[in-house]
Amino acid sequence: MEFAFFIEGGNFSKAGSASSEVKKILKQLNVDSKIIKRTVVSLYEAEVNVVAHAFEGDMIVEIFPDKIAVRIEDKGPGIPDIEKAMEKGFSTATPKVREMGFGAGMGLPNIKKNSDEMNISSKVNVGTKLEIVNYLK
Amino acid sequence: MKVQDIVDKLGLKVCSGSAGLNREIEGGYTSDLLSDVMGNADENQVWITLQTHKNIMAIASLKELAAIILVKGYEPEADAAEQSNVEGIPILSSEEEAFELTGKLFDLLKK
Ligand SMILES: Nc1ncnc2c1ncn2[C@@H]1O[C@H](COP(=O)(O)OP(=O)(O)OP(=O)(O)O)[C@@H](O)[C@H]1O
Ligand SMILES: [Mg+2]
Repeated sequence: MEFAFFIEGGNFSKAGSASSEVKKILKQLNVDSKIIKRTVVSLYEAEVNVVAHAFEGDMIVEIFPDKIAVRIEDKGPGIPDIEKAMEKGFSTATPKVREMGFGAGMGLPNIKKNSDEMNISSKVNVGTKLEIVNYLK
Repeated sequence: MKVQDIVDKLGLKVCSGSAGLNREIEGGYTSDLLSDVMGNADENQVWITLQTHKNIMAIASLKELAAIILVKGYEPEADAAEQSNVEGIPILSSEEEAFELTGKLFDLLKK
């Protein structure tokens, strides 16, 4: 099964709507609630990162009998130093975005903690691709 | 303890989402950083914050929180209140600051 969602950069009022759709689908499929919770944290953080840091992106969710695999690909500034970006507390969020309570530099660490596999690749001035896998046991 | 009980005991204003006043509470989390809440709050907790925009409802819904309490008399923005009504997750408001309110809620839930 495959589902795709468009993510609009800069539109905070819609941030989280793709993750919310995926959550509904996983619930309908009777996926274990612990796995849903972990997956939802990762997807939300990935979605908000596209909204906060990139221009636009797609979330592609593939559900297999044994795993959920999600790819979030965006067009945007990219991440020059991925290792640094993964550090807790590192953020380039603008003051306006920080005022809303984003920009704690905890999104990528949250994703790491809540996925079984996580892989980021990025090209500066092109975009970022994040892949997440959670196993259904 | 239900959301309605803390509304009564802490003198909170119900701003929206009154359909969810019978939700059961299992603890709380106080933070204004959204990804801190995303990473650390748990299902059925009450979230104490000063953030009033719609994204707090996205988090409350995804995390299945029991309710949100806004401090210092803050009120939710219109689209946040609307979403709270749709989800049936109440947004409440307190005149107190986060420190006092968190202490009182902690005491209530400890009993
Ligand atoms: N999709 C992306 N495109 C460009 N840069 C990104 C992207 N995702 C993350 N980054 C960079 O990595 C940094 C760290 O991301 P992370 O999600 O951990 O924190 P944040 O988004 O800044 O704050 P928080 O997630 O706590 O609200 C960002 O500040 C940004 O510089
Ligand atoms: Mg982030």
